[in-house]
Amino acid sequence: MTFTLPPGLALQKVDERIMTLNVGPQHPGSGHMRIIVQIDGDYIVACDPDPGYVHRGEEKMAEYRNYITNIPHLERPVIHDSCNVLYPYVLGAEELLGIEVPERAKYVRVIASELNRCIYIMYWLAIYGIFLGHSTMFMWPAGDRELLIDLMEKMTGARVTHAHFVPGGVRNDLPPNFEDVCLRQVNYFEKRIKEYAAVFYDNPILIARTRDTGVLSRQDAIRYGTTGSVLRASGVDYDLRIKEPYDVYDELDVHTNVMNEGDSYARSRIPWLDMMESCNIIRQALQKMPKSGSVRTKLKPNPKGKGLDSVYKRVESGRGSLGCYIVSDGKTEPYRVKLSVPSFRNLIALPNLLKGEKLGNMPSVYWSLNYWPVEADR
Amino acid sequence: MSTETEIPPADAKPEVATPPPKPAAKKPEETPVELPAFEKSISDKIVEKFGDKVEVGFVKEDRVRINVGRENVHEVAEFIRDGLNYDHVESVSGVDYPQDNEIEVVYHIGSYTDSSLARQILVLATRAQRETNPIPGNDATRLPTLRDIFYSVEFHEREVFEMFGVFFEGHPDNRRLLLPEDWADLPPLRKDFAIKGR
Repeated sequence: MTFTLPPGLALQKVDERIMTLNVGPQHPGSGHMRIIVQIDGDYIVACDPDPGYVHRGEEKMAEYRNYITNIPHLERPVIHDSCNVLYPYVLGAEELLGIEVPERAKYVRVIASELNRCIYIMYWLAIYGIFLGHSTMFMWPAGDRELLIDLMEKMTGARVTHAHFVPGGVRNDLPPNFEDVCLRQVNYFEKRIKEYAAVFYDNPILIARTRDTGVLSRQDAIRYGTTGSVLRASGVDYDLRIKEPYDVYDELDVHTNVMNEGDSYARSRIPWLDMMESCNIIRQALQKMPKSGSVRTKLKPNPKGKGLDSVYKRVESGRGSLGCYIVSDGKTEPYRVKLSVPSFRNLIALPNLLKGEKLGNMPSVYWSLNYWPVEADR
Repeated sequence: MSTETEIPPADAKPEVATPPPKPAAKKPEETPVELPAFEKSISDKIVEKFGDKVEVGFVKEDRVRINVGRENVHEVAEFIRDGLNYDHVESVSGVDYPQDNEIEVVYHIGSYTDSSLARQILVLATRAQRETNPIPGNDATRLPTLRDIFYSVEFHEREVFEMFGVFFEGHPDNRRLLLPEDWADLPPLRKDFAIKGR
């Protein structure tokens, strides 16, 4: 029996029993990507992820724009987490251009970054709920997320894609009375997300569907180079906010959440615990922030790098470590910008986790990887 | 790129495959500054082991850059994993240098298991020959894969293959990843692929 492969597919037909199935790119259970699975009855025997449906060439575009005009488009890969996805680029540009950042701006960045982390995780959690057929868990996070979006709108003027971080600080100072409103809303938000335990995380149906599915061992998590919640759910205590603190994270008391199971349940619980930690960080930052002062170092028009130089900066985003490698050749545009995104790094675990899993468990395993297709494609 | 005048030393010994002008430009500025001790010890270990096969690009706080020729990159990477406890690759970036007729591939290597290396990123750079008329996979733009050493490079190297046309010899799965299957143009991140209207 001959079986000709469509171009780009590695999977081979081995047996009459095995059926090849395309999940996506138009499937609600895959996002903007295709997962090609081969199934034997109800069990997945092989999986080939096929990302690239939302590849927009961000890295190429960055070579044509100067350090400042790169800001609005480089946050497009994850619009819900736009401050964090821009953060390493801004840190790298500051080092290349030799810019100092005022102390108050660093605190504003930390607050914005933590708020964005919560906004991203709430969106992710809403999708996770609907993937598992749990409509309440779609409605609640999608609604509670509005609180923080309103805060970000007050701070930056935009609900998503804030373009708030610039080399040298942040674009605008906080509006008057922001600290009080932020504190009140974050306290309410924390109280609210604790209620998710009863309806979702302690729900026997969720536990039955996610416990012991897609187990990623500690060794494999390290070997695959996974990051963020996937890594910490497999028992590796690695968070860049502690291991390599940037801006003012070294002055704040940051804890991470680590679980040892490595299954889909642990991977879905870690982001939820992260949100509570974010609330703690925001409260500390609001308290320690200088009450007045500049938030932006004035730049010269069209700043240039200092000649041949390169820099690799990374931050902990809502999905994990996000790195940005910038090569400068002394012109006003960067010579090369490379985003090393956590979704792309975690993707390599997917084929290995799905092997031997039931097809019905595919959505829970796939989305527990904290994967954002648009970010992986850039 | 070529405003500096450090290119002559690279031309002086053409048999060595590591002629990046970049470290040569950086070295004189760095030497008067006291190098961070821990990072220096990492680069010293590599230099001690491989001698003049490797070249230290820079030693900065938390970042060490090693330039190595394509024929030695595999054994250097193996030493980085087994001798220095680095365990995963965070990022593989291609950088196109048409004026040197080379494409640089940069591995950013980190460690989860060794807590003393948690802040460190080791930058391993190597260069492949660049073709003016590339036929990806069927020309001289080739490098040995590091996938058998660091499993985590698998998708990263596939991305560099499609975006720069660098074929990784020994990679089990040299297919396109992000680009469409019917892409019939230059690898798009090469400098000679121009965006329309720019």
